[in-house]
Amino acid sequence: MKRREFIQQASVGTTLITLGGVGLQSFTSAPSKKITILHTNDVHSHIDAFGPNDGRNSNKGGIARRASLIENIRKENPNTLLLDAGDIFQGTPYFNYYGGKLEFKLMSMLKYDAATIGNHDFDNGIDGLFAQLPHAKFQFLSANYDFSNTIMDTHTKPYNVFIKDGIKIGVFGLGIKLEGLVDKAMYKETKYLDPIEISQDMTRILKTEEQCDLIICLSHLGYNYKQNPDKISDLKLAAATKNIDLIIGGHTHTFLSKPTVIKNSEGKNVLVNQVGCYGINLGKIDFYFDSKKNKSANGKSIII
Amino acid sequence: MRLTHLFFLLIFFVFSNCKEQNSYLTKIEGKHIVITDSLTKNKEVEDFIKPFREHINNDLDSILAYSPKICSKSDGELNTAIGNFMADAVYSESNPIFKSRTGNNIDMVLLNHGGIRAVLPKGNITKRQAYEIMPFENNVVVVALKGKQIDALLNYLKNKKKAHPISQLKLTLDQSYNIKEATIKGKLIKKDKTYYVATSDYLYGGNDGMYFFKPNDGLYVLDYKIRNAIIDKFNKLDTINPMIDDRFIQIK
Repeated sequence: MKRREFIQQASVGTTLITLGGVGLQSFTSAPSKKITILHTNDVHSHIDAFGPNDGRNSNKGGIARRASLIENIRKENPNTLLLDAGDIFQGTPYFNYYGGKLEFKLMSMLKYDAATIGNHDFDNGIDGLFAQLPHAKFQFLSANYDFSNTIMDTHTKPYNVFIKDGIKIGVFGLGIKLEGLVDKAMYKETKYLDPIEISQDMTRILKTEEQCDLIICLSHLGYNYKQNPDKISDLKLAAATKNIDLIIGGHTHTFLSKPTVIKNSEGKNVLVNQVGCYGINLGKIDFYFDSKKNKSANGKSIII
Repeated sequence: MRLTHLFFLLIFFVFSNCKEQNSYLTKIEGKHIVITDSLTKNKEVEDFIKPFREHINNDLDSILAYSPKICSKSDGELNTAIGNFMADAVYSESNPIFKSRTGNNIDMVLLNHGGIRAVLPKGNITKRQAYEIMPFENNVVVVALKGKQIDALLNYLKNKKKAHPISQLKLTLDQSYNIKEATIKGKLIKKDKTYYVATSDYLYGGNDGMYFFKPNDGLYVLDYKIRNAIIDKFNKLDTINPMIDDRFIQIK
Protein backbone atom coordinates (compact mmCIF):
# COMPACT_ATOMS: atom_id res chain seq x y z
CA MET A 1 0.00 0.00 0.00
CA LYS A 2 2.74 2.41 0.98
CA ARG A 3 4.71 1.40 -2.02
CA ARG A 4 1.85 2.23 -4.37
CA GLU A 5 1.58 5.71 -2.87
CA PHE A 6 5.18 6.37 -3.71
CA ILE A 7 4.75 5.35 -7.27
CA GLN A 8 1.77 7.68 -7.56
CA GLN A 9 3.77 10.54 -6.17
CA ALA A 10 6.71 9.73 -8.39
CA SER A 11 4.57 10.26 -11.45
CA VAL A 12 4.07 13.87 -10.42
CA GLY A 13 7.77 14.55 -10.78
CA THR A 14 8.05 18.20 -9.85
CA THR A 15 6.07 17.90 -6.63
CA LEU A 16 8.35 15.14 -5.52
CA ILE A 17 11.45 17.22 -6.20
CA THR A 18 10.08 20.09 -4.22
CA LEU A 19 9.23 17.83 -1.30
CA GLY A 20 12.65 16.24 -1.53
CA GLY A 21 14.26 19.63 -1.45
CA VAL A 22 12.44 20.57 1.69
CA GLY A 23 13.01 17.21 3.32
CA LEU A 24 16.75 17.34 2.78
CA GLN A 25 17.25 21.04 3.30
CA SER A 26 20.64 20.77 4.91
CA PHE A 27 22.00 19.05 1.87
CA THR A 28 20.31 20.64 -1.10
CA SER A 29 19.01 24.09 -0.50
CA ALA A 30 21.33 27.07 -0.73
CA PRO A 31 20.30 30.42 0.72
CA SER A 32 19.33 33.17 -1.73
CA LYS A 33 22.23 35.03 -3.30
CA LYS A 34 22.82 38.67 -4.04
CA ILE A 35 24.96 40.04 -6.87
CA THR A 36 25.69 43.78 -6.93
CA ILE A 37 26.55 45.50 -10.20
CA LEU A 38 28.16 48.92 -9.87
CA HIS A 39 28.70 51.05 -12.92
CA THR A 40 29.93 54.35 -14.34
CA ASN A 41 30.02 55.81 -17.86
CA ASP A 42 31.52 58.84 -19.63
CA VAL A 43 33.74 59.78 -16.70
CA HIS A 44 35.84 61.76 -19.22
CA SER A 45 38.98 62.08 -17.11
CA HIS A 46 37.09 63.71 -14.23
CA ILE A 47 39.46 62.54 -11.54
CA ASP A 48 38.88 65.51 -9.24
CA ALA A 49 35.50 66.54 -7.87
CA PHE A 50 33.81 69.62 -9.30
CA GLY A 51 34.51 72.86 -7.47
CA PRO A 52 31.95 75.02 -5.66
CA ASN A 53 31.26 77.19 -8.76
CA ASP A 54 30.37 74.51 -11.27
CA GLY A 55 26.61 75.04 -11.44
CA ARG A 56 24.52 71.94 -10.96
CA ASN A 57 27.64 69.75 -10.76
CA SER A 58 29.12 71.79 -7.89
CA ASN A 59 30.96 69.72 -5.28
CA LYS A 60 29.93 66.46 -6.93
CA GLY A 61 32.02 63.62 -8.31
CA GLY A 62 35.67 62.83 -7.59
CA ILE A 63 37.30 59.43 -7.85
CA ALA A 64 38.69 59.37 -4.27
CA ARG A 65 35.13 59.65 -2.93
CA ARG A 66 33.88 57.09 -5.43
CA ALA A 67 36.63 54.76 -4.20
CA SER A 68 35.44 54.88 -0.59
CA LEU A 69 31.80 54.42 -1.62
CA ILE A 70 32.70 51.35 -3.68
CA GLU A 71 34.87 50.00 -0.87
CA ASN A 72 31.92 50.21 1.54
CA ILE A 73 29.55 48.53 -0.90
CA ARG A 74 32.09 45.73 -1.43
CA LYS A 75 32.40 45.25 2.33
CA GLU A 76 28.63 44.86 2.51
CA ASN A 77 28.54 42.48 -0.47
CA PRO A 78 31.79 40.99 -1.74
CA ASN A 79 29.88 39.55 -4.71
CA THR A 80 30.12 42.83 -6.57
CA LEU A 81 31.16 43.67 -10.13
CA LEU A 82 32.37 47.15 -11.10
CA LEU A 83 31.92 48.11 -14.77
CA ASP A 84 32.44 51.15 -16.99
CA ALA A 85 30.63 51.83 -20.26
CA GLY A 86 33.35 53.85 -22.02
CA ASP A 87 34.60 57.38 -22.69
CA ILE A 88 37.08 57.09 -19.89
CA PHE A 89 39.33 59.59 -21.70
CA GLN A 90 39.16 63.31 -22.57
CA GLY A 91 37.69 66.17 -20.62
CA THR A 92 40.27 67.47 -18.16
CA PRO A 93 44.00 68.33 -18.37
CA TYR A 94 44.77 64.98 -16.68
CA PHE A 95 44.14 63.40 -20.06
CA ASN A 96 46.00 66.07 -22.03
CA TYR A 97 49.06 65.78 -19.77
CA TYR A 98 49.21 62.04 -19.12
CA GLY A 99 47.31 60.49 -22.04
CA GLY A 100 44.96 58.33 -19.95
CA LYS A 101 47.59 56.67 -17.76
CA LEU A 102 46.09 58.09 -14.55
CA GLU A 103 42.54 57.14 -15.50
CA PHE A 104 43.54 53.49 -16.05
CA LYS A 105 45.76 53.34 -12.96
CA LEU A 106 43.02 54.78 -10.76
CA MET A 107 40.35 52.48 -12.20
CA SER A 108 42.70 49.59 -11.42
CA MET A 109 43.08 50.87 -7.83
CA LEU A 110 39.27 50.91 -7.56
CA LYS A 111 39.32 47.30 -8.85
CA TYR A 112 37.18 47.81 -11.93
CA ASP A 113 36.39 44.42 -13.45
CA ALA A 114 35.73 45.49 -17.04
CA ALA A 115 35.11 48.42 -19.35
CA THR A 116 33.99 48.86 -22.92
CA ILE A 117 35.53 51.30 -25.39
CA GLY A 118 33.92 54.67 -26.13
CA ASN A 119 34.55 56.94 -29.11
CA HIS A 120 36.65 59.37 -27.04
CA ASP A 121 38.91 56.52 -25.98
CA PHE A 122 40.31 56.85 -29.53
CA ASP A 123 41.16 60.55 -28.99
CA ASN A 124 44.89 59.87 -28.90
CA GLY A 125 44.45 57.41 -31.72
CA ILE A 126 44.23 53.65 -31.40
CA ASP A 127 47.97 53.73 -30.68
CA GLY A 128 47.35 56.13 -27.78
CA LEU A 129 44.81 53.71 -26.33
CA PHE A 130 47.12 50.75 -26.82
CA ALA A 131 49.99 52.60 -25.13
CA GLN A 132 47.99 52.94 -21.90
CA LEU A 133 46.85 49.29 -21.71
CA PRO A 134 49.70 48.22 -19.40
CA HIS A 135 48.20 50.52 -16.73
CA ALA A 136 44.80 48.79 -16.82
CA LYS A 137 44.33 45.75 -14.60
CA PHE A 138 40.75 45.33 -15.82
CA GLN A 139 39.46 43.85 -19.06
CA PHE A 140 38.31 45.64 -22.18
CA LEU A 141 35.20 44.05 -23.63
CA SER A 142 34.11 44.83 -27.16
CA ALA A 143 32.09 42.42 -29.27
CA ASN A 144 31.32 44.63 -32.27
CA TYR A 145 34.70 46.28 -32.90
CA ASP A 146 36.81 44.01 -35.04
CA PHE A 147 40.35 45.00 -34.10
CA SER A 148 42.03 42.15 -36.00
CA ASN A 149 43.88 44.48 -38.39
CA THR A 150 44.94 46.90 -35.67
CA ILE A 151 47.44 47.11 -32.83
CA MET A 152 44.57 46.35 -30.39
CA ASP A 153 44.17 42.83 -31.80
CA THR A 154 44.01 40.25 -28.96
CA HIS A 155 43.90 43.02 -26.33
CA THR A 156 40.12 43.03 -26.03
CA LYS A 157 37.62 40.21 -25.58
CA PRO A 158 34.05 40.14 -26.90
CA TYR A 159 32.76 38.92 -23.55
CA ASN A 160 33.80 37.57 -20.21
CA VAL A 161 32.08 35.30 -17.72
CA PHE A 162 32.53 36.33 -14.10
CA ILE A 163 31.60 33.87 -11.36
CA LYS A 164 30.47 35.37 -8.06
CA ASP A 165 29.12 33.11 -5.31
CA GLY A 166 28.50 30.41 -7.91
CA ILE A 167 26.44 32.76 -10.10
CA LYS A 168 27.69 33.01 -13.69
CA ILE A 169 27.56 36.57 -14.98
CA GLY A 170 28.18 37.03 -18.68
CA VAL A 171 29.23 40.55 -19.71
CA PHE A 172 29.72 41.64 -23.33
CA GLY A 173 30.70 45.02 -24.75
CA LEU A 174 29.30 47.13 -27.60
CA GLY A 175 30.74 50.26 -29.19
CA ILE A 176 29.23 53.03 -31.30
CA LYS A 177 29.71 53.47 -35.05
CA LEU A 178 32.98 55.37 -35.40
CA GLU A 179 32.63 56.66 -38.96
CA GLY A 180 31.61 60.33 -38.91
CA LEU A 181 32.25 60.56 -35.17
CA VAL A 182 35.95 59.80 -34.90
CA ASP A 183 38.58 60.61 -37.51
CA LYS A 184 39.56 57.50 -39.48
CA ALA A 185 43.22 58.33 -38.81
CA MET A 186 42.45 57.70 -35.13
CA TYR A 187 40.58 54.38 -35.29
CA LYS A 188 42.46 53.14 -38.38
CA GLU A 189 41.34 49.65 -39.48
CA THR A 190 38.88 49.10 -36.62
CA LYS A 191 35.75 47.56 -38.14
CA TYR A 192 32.34 48.31 -36.68
CA LEU A 193 29.92 45.36 -36.71
CA ASP A 194 26.13 45.49 -36.38
CA PRO A 195 25.24 45.65 -32.65
CA ILE A 196 21.96 43.72 -32.92
CA GLU A 197 23.46 40.83 -34.88
CA ILE A 198 26.44 40.68 -32.54
CA SER A 199 24.16 40.79 -29.47
CA GLN A 200 22.18 37.86 -30.82
CA ASP A 201 25.43 35.87 -31.14
CA MET A 202 26.62 36.97 -27.71
CA THR A 203 23.40 36.12 -25.87
CA ARG A 204 23.25 32.71 -27.56
CA ILE A 205 26.82 31.95 -26.49
CA LEU A 206 26.36 33.30 -22.97
CA LYS A 207 22.97 31.65 -22.40
CA THR A 208 23.40 28.32 -24.17
CA GLU A 209 27.11 27.56 -24.21
CA GLU A 210 28.31 29.39 -21.09
CA GLN A 211 25.05 28.76 -19.16
CA CYS A 212 25.09 32.20 -17.59
CA ASP A 213 22.59 33.09 -14.88
CA LEU A 214 22.83 36.79 -15.66
CA ILE A 215 23.67 38.57 -18.93
CA ILE A 216 24.86 42.18 -18.99
CA CYS A 217 25.54 44.30 -22.04
CA LEU A 218 28.08 47.08 -21.54
CA SER A 219 27.18 49.56 -24.26
CA HIS A 220 28.48 52.84 -25.61
CA LEU A 221 25.71 53.06 -28.23
CA GLY A 222 23.76 55.83 -26.50
CA TYR A 223 20.48 55.71 -24.60
CA ASN A 224 17.95 56.89 -27.21
CA TYR A 225 17.93 59.13 -30.30
CA LYS A 226 14.56 60.85 -30.52
CA GLN A 227 15.60 62.97 -33.53
CA ASN A 228 17.03 59.97 -35.32
CA PRO A 229 14.77 57.01 -34.57
CA ASP A 230 16.56 54.67 -37.00
CA LYS A 231 19.83 55.00 -35.14
CA ILE A 232 20.64 52.04 -32.92
CA SER A 233 20.44 52.86 -29.21
CA ASP A 234 20.20 51.01 -25.92
CA LEU A 235 16.39 51.21 -25.91
CA LYS A 236 16.21 49.79 -29.45
CA LEU A 237 18.76 47.10 -28.64
CA ALA A 238 16.81 46.06 -25.54
CA ALA A 239 13.58 45.66 -27.53
CA ALA A 240 15.20 43.82 -30.45
CA THR A 241 17.09 41.15 -28.51
CA LYS A 242 16.47 38.48 -25.88
CA ASN A 243 18.13 37.06 -22.78
CA ILE A 244 19.83 40.34 -21.79
CA ASP A 245 19.03 41.23 -18.18
CA LEU A 246 20.75 44.60 -17.99
CA ILE A 247 22.14 47.11 -20.49
CA ILE A 248 24.60 49.54 -18.94
CA GLY A 249 24.83 52.47 -21.32
CA GLY A 250 26.89 55.55 -22.08
CA HIS A 251 27.73 58.12 -24.76
CA THR A 252 24.61 60.31 -24.54
CA HIS A 253 25.44 61.54 -21.00
CA THR A 254 21.87 60.70 -20.02
CA PHE A 255 20.97 61.40 -16.40
CA LEU A 256 18.12 58.97 -15.73
CA SER A 257 16.23 59.35 -12.49
CA LYS A 258 15.99 55.55 -12.36
CA PRO A 259 16.71 52.57 -14.63
CA THR A 260 14.32 52.10 -17.56
CA VAL A 261 12.42 48.82 -17.97
CA ILE A 262 11.91 47.67 -21.60
CA LYS A 263 10.17 44.54 -22.95
CA ASN A 264 12.55 42.47 -25.03
CA SER A 265 11.64 40.47 -28.17
CA GLU A 266 10.17 37.72 -25.96
CA GLY A 267 8.15 40.16 -23.84
CA LYS A 268 10.51 39.82 -20.89
CA ASN A 269 11.87 42.76 -18.91
CA VAL A 270 15.28 44.28 -19.61
CA LEU A 271 16.77 46.99 -17.45
CA VAL A 272 18.50 49.86 -19.28
CA ASN A 273 20.59 52.15 -17.12
CA GLN A 274 22.98 55.08 -17.54
CA VAL A 275 24.35 57.44 -14.90
CA GLY A 276 24.99 60.69 -16.79
CA CYS A 277 28.68 61.56 -16.92
CA TYR A 278 31.84 62.85 -15.17
CA GLY A 279 31.66 60.40 -12.27
CA ILE A 280 28.84 62.35 -10.64
CA ASN A 281 26.77 59.22 -10.02
CA LEU A 282 27.41 55.56 -9.38
CA GLY A 283 24.81 53.08 -10.66
CA LYS A 284 23.97 50.19 -8.34
CA ILE A 285 21.83 47.26 -9.42
CA ASP A 286 21.29 44.35 -7.03
CA PHE A 287 20.21 40.99 -8.42
CA TYR A 288 18.72 38.48 -5.98
CA PHE A 289 18.82 34.81 -6.86
CA ASP A 290 16.92 31.92 -5.36
CA SER A 291 18.02 28.35 -5.79
CA LYS A 292 14.51 26.93 -5.49
CA LYS A 293 12.58 26.32 -8.64
CA ASN A 294 9.92 28.81 -7.79
CA LYS A 295 10.46 31.13 -10.69
CA SER A 296 7.03 30.73 -12.24
CA ALA A 297 5.33 30.84 -8.86
CA ASN A 298 6.84 34.09 -7.68
CA GLY A 299 7.95 35.72 -10.91
CA LYS A 300 10.56 38.44 -10.87
CA SER A 301 10.07 41.69 -9.07
CA ILE A 302 11.86 44.87 -10.09
CA ILE A 303 12.25 47.61 -7.52
CA ILE A 304 13.52 50.87 -8.97
CA MET B 1 10.54 5.46 6.53
CA ARG B 2 14.13 4.80 5.79
CA LEU B 3 13.11 3.57 2.38
CA THR B 4 11.26 6.85 1.81
CA HIS B 5 14.36 8.88 2.43
CA LEU B 6 16.39 6.69 0.18
CA PHE B 7 13.85 7.06 -2.56
CA PHE B 8 13.82 10.83 -2.27
CA LEU B 9 17.56 10.90 -2.34
CA LEU B 10 17.65 8.70 -5.39
CA ILE B 11 15.22 10.92 -7.27
CA PHE B 12 17.20 13.92 -6.21
CA PHE B 13 20.42 12.45 -7.53
CA VAL B 14 18.82 11.57 -10.85
CA PHE B 15 17.45 15.05 -11.41
CA SER B 16 20.31 17.12 -10.13
CA ASN B 17 23.41 14.94 -10.28
CA CYS B 18 23.97 16.29 -6.80
CA LYS B 19 25.18 19.52 -8.38
CA GLU B 20 24.05 22.80 -7.05
CA GLN B 21 20.59 23.64 -8.29
CA ASN B 22 20.22 26.31 -10.99
CA SER B 23 19.80 29.81 -9.68
CA TYR B 24 16.76 31.85 -10.52
CA LEU B 25 16.55 35.57 -10.58
CA THR B 26 13.78 36.62 -8.24
CA LYS B 27 14.31 40.30 -7.51
CA ILE B 28 16.15 43.27 -8.96
CA GLU B 29 16.79 46.51 -7.12
CA GLY B 30 18.28 49.49 -8.95
CA LYS B 31 19.34 52.94 -7.84
CA HIS B 32 21.72 55.80 -8.54
CA ILE B 33 24.05 57.04 -5.83
CA VAL B 34 25.22 60.65 -6.14
CA ILE B 35 28.90 61.17 -5.32
CA THR B 36 28.72 64.13 -2.93
CA ASP B 37 31.10 65.83 -0.52
CA SER B 38 29.54 63.90 2.35
CA LEU B 39 31.63 60.89 1.25
CA THR B 40 35.12 60.68 2.69
CA LYS B 41 38.01 60.51 0.25
CA ASN B 42 39.90 57.26 0.00
CA LYS B 43 43.37 58.23 1.23
CA GLU B 44 45.36 55.87 -0.97
CA VAL B 45 43.61 57.17 -4.09
CA GLU B 46 43.91 60.80 -3.00
CA ASP B 47 47.63 60.43 -2.22
CA PHE B 48 48.22 58.90 -5.63
CA ILE B 49 46.54 61.78 -7.47
CA LYS B 50 48.11 64.61 -5.44
CA PRO B 51 51.55 64.96 -7.12
CA PHE B 52 50.01 64.80 -10.60
CA ARG B 53 47.40 67.42 -9.68
CA GLU B 54 50.07 69.73 -8.26
CA HIS B 55 52.25 69.41 -11.32
CA ILE B 56 49.34 70.20 -13.66
CA ASN B 57 48.14 73.13 -11.55
CA ASN B 58 51.61 74.68 -11.34
CA ASP B 59 51.98 74.39 -15.07
CA LEU B 60 48.48 75.59 -15.92
CA ASP B 61 48.45 78.52 -13.55
CA SER B 62 51.67 80.21 -14.59
CA ILE B 63 50.75 83.60 -16.07
CA LEU B 64 51.39 84.06 -19.79
CA ALA B 65 49.56 87.28 -20.69
CA TYR B 66 46.93 89.80 -19.62
CA SER B 67 43.46 90.39 -21.01
CA PRO B 68 41.81 93.78 -20.34
CA LYS B 69 38.31 92.50 -21.14
CA ILE B 70 36.13 89.41 -21.41
CA CYS B 71 35.81 88.07 -24.97
CA SER B 72 32.95 85.71 -25.66
CA LYS B 73 32.07 83.93 -28.88
CA SER B 74 28.54 85.35 -28.61
CA ASP B 75 29.78 88.97 -28.84
CA GLY B 76 29.67 89.82 -32.53
CA GLU B 77 27.55 88.92 -35.50
CA LEU B 78 29.73 87.38 -38.22
CA ASN B 79 33.08 87.82 -36.51
CA THR B 80 34.03 87.84 -32.84
CA ALA B 81 37.08 89.09 -30.99
CA ILE B 82 37.90 85.68 -29.52
CA GLY B 83 37.38 83.94 -32.88
CA ASN B 84 39.57 86.50 -34.63
CA PHE B 85 42.25 85.95 -32.00
CA MET B 86 42.18 82.18 -32.49
CA ALA B 87 42.23 82.27 -36.28
CA ASP B 88 45.00 84.91 -36.29
CA ALA B 89 47.00 82.85 -33.79
CA VAL B 90 46.70 79.74 -35.99
CA TYR B 91 47.88 81.85 -38.94
CA SER B 92 50.84 83.57 -37.29
CA GLU B 93 52.06 80.52 -35.35
CA SER B 94 51.52 77.85 -38.03
CA ASN B 95 52.76 79.75 -41.05
CA PRO B 96 56.49 79.59 -40.16
CA ILE B 97 56.17 75.81 -39.69
CA PHE B 98 54.34 75.38 -42.98
CA LYS B 99 56.74 77.67 -44.83
CA SER B 100 59.83 75.88 -43.54
CA ARG B 101 58.43 72.54 -44.67
CA THR B 102 56.94 73.45 -48.05
CA GLY B 103 58.32 76.83 -49.08
CA ASN B 104 54.75 78.11 -49.38
CA ASN B 105 52.74 80.46 -47.18
CA ILE B 106 49.37 79.80 -45.61
CA ASP B 107 46.83 81.94 -47.50
CA MET B 108 43.94 81.82 -45.07
CA VAL B 109 42.58 80.12 -41.94
CA LEU B 110 39.12 78.72 -41.23
CA LEU B 111 38.06 77.31 -37.87
CA ASN B 112 34.56 76.66 -36.50
CA HIS B 113 32.51 78.76 -34.12
CA GLY B 114 31.47 75.65 -32.13
CA GLY B 115 35.14 74.90 -31.45
CA ILE B 116 35.45 77.91 -29.12
CA ARG B 117 34.64 76.20 -25.82
CA ALA B 118 35.04 79.00 -23.25
CA VAL B 119 35.41 82.76 -22.91
CA LEU B 120 38.72 84.58 -22.77
CA PRO B 121 38.35 86.08 -19.28
CA LYS B 122 39.46 89.46 -18.03
CA GLY B 123 42.70 89.51 -16.06
CA ASN B 124 45.72 87.24 -16.02
CA ILE B 125 45.75 84.65 -18.76
CA THR B 126 47.30 81.27 -18.10
CA LYS B 127 47.69 78.01 -19.96
CA ARG B 128 44.51 76.88 -18.22
CA GLN B 129 42.52 79.34 -20.36
CA ALA B 130 43.97 77.81 -23.51
CA TYR B 131 42.82 74.39 -22.32
CA GLU B 132 39.36 75.71 -21.52
CA ILE B 133 38.99 77.56 -24.83
CA MET B 134 40.38 74.60 -26.78
CA PRO B 135 40.10 71.36 -24.78
CA PHE B 136 40.37 69.09 -27.82
CA GLU B 137 43.58 67.66 -29.20
CA ASN B 138 42.91 68.87 -32.74
CA ASN B 139 45.88 69.55 -34.98
CA VAL B 140 46.45 72.20 -37.61
CA VAL B 141 46.30 70.87 -41.16
CA VAL B 142 46.86 72.85 -44.35
CA VAL B 143 44.74 71.98 -47.37
CA ALA B 144 45.61 73.06 -50.91
CA LEU B 145 42.43 74.21 -52.64
CA LYS B 146 41.85 75.76 -56.06
CA GLY B 147 40.05 79.11 -56.20
CA LYS B 148 36.89 77.50 -57.50
CA GLN B 149 36.79 75.24 -54.42
CA ILE B 150 37.16 78.32 -52.24
CA ASP B 151 33.75 79.31 -53.70
CA ALA B 152 32.20 76.32 -51.92
CA LEU B 153 33.88 77.44 -48.69
CA LEU B 154 32.48 80.98 -49.14
CA ASN B 155 29.02 79.62 -49.90
CA TYR B 156 29.18 77.61 -46.70
CA LEU B 157 30.03 80.74 -44.70
CA LYS B 158 27.27 82.87 -46.23
CA ASN B 159 24.69 80.09 -45.82
CA LYS B 160 25.58 79.39 -42.18
CA LYS B 161 25.52 83.11 -41.26
CA LYS B 162 27.68 82.21 -38.28
CA ALA B 163 30.85 83.75 -36.90
CA HIS B 164 33.15 80.91 -37.93
CA PRO B 165 36.63 82.25 -37.18
CA ILE B 166 38.64 83.27 -40.26
CA SER B 167 42.01 84.92 -40.84
CA GLN B 168 43.44 86.56 -43.99
CA LEU B 169 40.10 86.00 -45.74
CA LYS B 170 37.78 88.99 -46.02
CA LEU B 171 34.15 88.35 -46.83
CA THR B 172 31.47 91.00 -47.27
CA LEU B 173 27.81 90.05 -47.70
CA ASP B 174 24.99 92.24 -48.96
CA GLN B 175 21.56 92.71 -47.39
CA SER B 176 20.30 89.38 -48.79
CA TYR B 177 23.39 87.53 -47.57
CA ASN B 178 24.86 87.29 -51.07
CA ILE B 179 28.61 87.66 -51.48
CA LYS B 180 29.47 91.26 -52.26
CA GLU B 181 33.22 90.87 -52.12
CA ALA B 182 35.70 88.19 -51.12
CA THR B 183 39.44 88.63 -50.90
CA ILE B 184 42.37 86.59 -49.60
CA LYS B 185 45.28 88.66 -48.28
CA GLY B 186 43.65 91.69 -49.87
CA LYS B 187 43.42 90.23 -53.40
CA LEU B 188 40.43 88.92 -55.32
CA ILE B 189 40.23 85.15 -55.50
CA LYS B 190 41.41 83.60 -58.80
CA LYS B 191 39.63 80.45 -59.98
CA ASP B 192 42.78 78.53 -60.99
CA LYS B 193 45.17 79.65 -58.27
CA THR B 194 46.03 77.21 -55.48
CA TYR B 195 45.32 78.51 -52.00
CA TYR B 196 46.74 77.00 -48.82
CA VAL B 197 43.96 76.93 -46.25
CA ALA B 198 44.83 76.14 -42.64
CA THR B 199 42.12 74.46 -40.58
CA SER B 200 41.78 71.69 -37.99
CA ASP B 201 41.96 67.99 -38.75
CA TYR B 202 38.45 67.76 -37.27
CA LEU B 203 36.98 70.14 -39.85
CA TYR B 204 39.08 68.65 -42.65
CA GLY B 205 37.25 65.39 -41.88
CA GLY B 206 33.98 67.02 -43.00
CA ASN B 207 32.70 67.75 -39.52
CA ASP B 208 30.34 70.68 -38.89
CA GLY B 209 29.22 70.20 -42.50
CA MET B 210 32.53 71.41 -43.97
CA TYR B 211 32.61 69.05 -46.93
CA PHE B 212 34.49 71.45 -49.24
CA PHE B 213 37.98 70.33 -48.13
CA LYS B 214 37.70 67.21 -50.28
CA PRO B 215 38.78 66.61 -52.96
CA ASN B 216 41.87 68.81 -52.78
CA ASP B 217 45.29 69.35 -54.29
CA GLY B 218 47.21 68.29 -51.22
CA LEU B 219 47.07 67.89 -47.43
CA TYR B 220 49.84 68.93 -45.04
CA VAL B 221 49.62 67.71 -41.45
CA LEU B 222 51.67 70.03 -39.25
CA ASP B 223 51.58 67.92 -36.04
CA TYR B 224 50.91 71.19 -34.26
CA LYS B 225 47.93 71.45 -31.96
CA ILE B 226 45.54 74.36 -32.23
CA ARG B 227 45.79 74.75 -28.46
CA ASN B 228 49.58 75.04 -28.72
CA ALA B 229 49.19 77.78 -31.34
CA ILE B 230 47.03 79.66 -28.81
CA ILE B 231 49.51 79.06 -25.97
CA ASP B 232 52.44 80.17 -28.14
CA LYS B 233 50.53 83.32 -29.07
CA PHE B 234 49.74 84.03 -25.39
CA ASN B 235 53.46 83.70 -24.66
CA LYS B 236 54.41 86.27 -27.29
CA LEU B 237 51.92 88.90 -26.18
CA ASP B 238 51.92 90.92 -22.98
CA THR B 239 48.38 92.14 -23.44
CA ILE B 240 45.78 90.31 -25.47
CA ASN B 241 43.28 92.76 -26.80
CA PRO B 242 41.50 91.19 -29.77
CA MET B 243 38.86 93.18 -31.63
CA ILE B 244 35.79 92.63 -33.73
CA ASP B 245 36.68 93.97 -37.19
CA ASP B 246 35.43 93.95 -40.79
CA ARG B 247 36.84 90.60 -41.93
CA PHE B 248 33.38 89.01 -42.16
CA ILE B 249 30.47 91.43 -42.23
CA GLN B 250 27.10 92.11 -43.78
CA ILE B 251 26.43 95.54 -45.35
CA LYS B 252 23.03 96.60 -44.11
